[in-house]
Amino acid sequence: MSTLSVSVWRGTENGHFQSFEVPRLESQTVLDVVTHIQRALDPTLAYRFACRVGMCGSCAMTVNGRARWTCRTHVDKVAQGGRLEIAPLANLPVVRDLVTDMVPFFDKWAKARGRFEGGKTRRDDFERVQPSSPERRLADAGIECIGCGVCYSSCDVVAWNPDYLGPAALNRAWTLVNDVRDTGNRARLGAVAGDAGCHACHTHMSCTERCPKQISPTASIAGLKRAAALAALRGELSDE
Amino acid sequence: MKIDSKFSTRSQVLLWTVQRASAAVLALCVIVHLVTIIYAVRNGLSAAEILGRTRGNVAWAVFYALFVAAVAVHAPIGLRNFLSETFNWRGGGLDITVMVIALALAMWGFRAVYAVFI
Repeated sequence: MSTLSVSVWRGTENGHFQSFEVPRLESQTVLDVVTHIQRALDPTLAYRFACRVGMCGSCAMTVNGRARWTCRTHVDKVAQGGRLEIAPLANLPVVRDLVTDMVPFFDKWAKARGRFEGGKTRRDDFERVQPSSPERRLADAGIECIGCGVCYSSCDVVAWNPDYLGPAALNRAWTLVNDVRDTGNRARLGAVAGDAGCHACHTHMSCTERCPKQISPTASIAGLKRAAALAALRGELSDE
Repeated sequence: MKIDSKFSTRSQVLLWTVQRASAAVLALCVIVHLVTIIYAVRNGLSAAEILGRTRGNVAWAVFYALFVAAVAVHAPIGLRNFLSETFNWRGGGLDITVMVIALALAMWGFRAVYAVFI
């Protein structure tokens, strides 16, 4: 049976790579490899996963230098010469081994006012939103985000500016800006604009290239840039 | 989003907007400027002949004044982003520094325009 040479990050930020030999199997995913190591070779290895089918967004890691969702990444696709290097996501604090602290990532969703703010009560009628309306199409384009953090980990601007809200939080804000039921958009545009918001994006498009759900946060951020610039010119942009 | 900066969010966004607008102006100005240089070199114009065309020519003075204004607006805003991202330098000191650079670029640029106009 052929084997894979796998280097796995151990420890916290000041850790090191540890080598393992893992049996090579057909249709093996990177998450399968990590799971084999933890179950058969070293039970102290810390990693995070839940659904194993690309829905929960909890198993993202850096595989051979690129952030990926490991449960849907086949070894065939990424193992170069039978070698894998598996590290925690970049741009986030490392808790231990392959587990990152996602708190800064999700705190920025809150800062970007990523929560729906409705204006109706249970006594009001349903809002009728045409699926074909331009706003709904724009919201649909970004709505399938699973919050895996791959985009955030791949973003150069996050690395340069720790206050930058990042692609996922801004993409979420853009889906709400296009939600005709939402009543919080004036404050939301103020929250996502400026030097630590959408206007810091350099349009490198790493987020768009690496998003496992084929979302384009770059396009969402471009939409926010235009909307916030128009609001600023009209004098309608509030400070957070 | 206000981070250790004396600029309000609206001001930050307006800076971004004028940087984009000045980039559009610069794109046009640079093309005209390059074509002018190529024309002058290919036709072997001397400095005196060039000055003969620019002195008293309001159109060239207005064009290059616009060019200088666009540079003085565009470059310092970009430099502000570059310095903050590369050296983690943010706040009032950075804003004053790039403002001084903006004024210096404008001063030197307008002086050059004036020199070939008079």
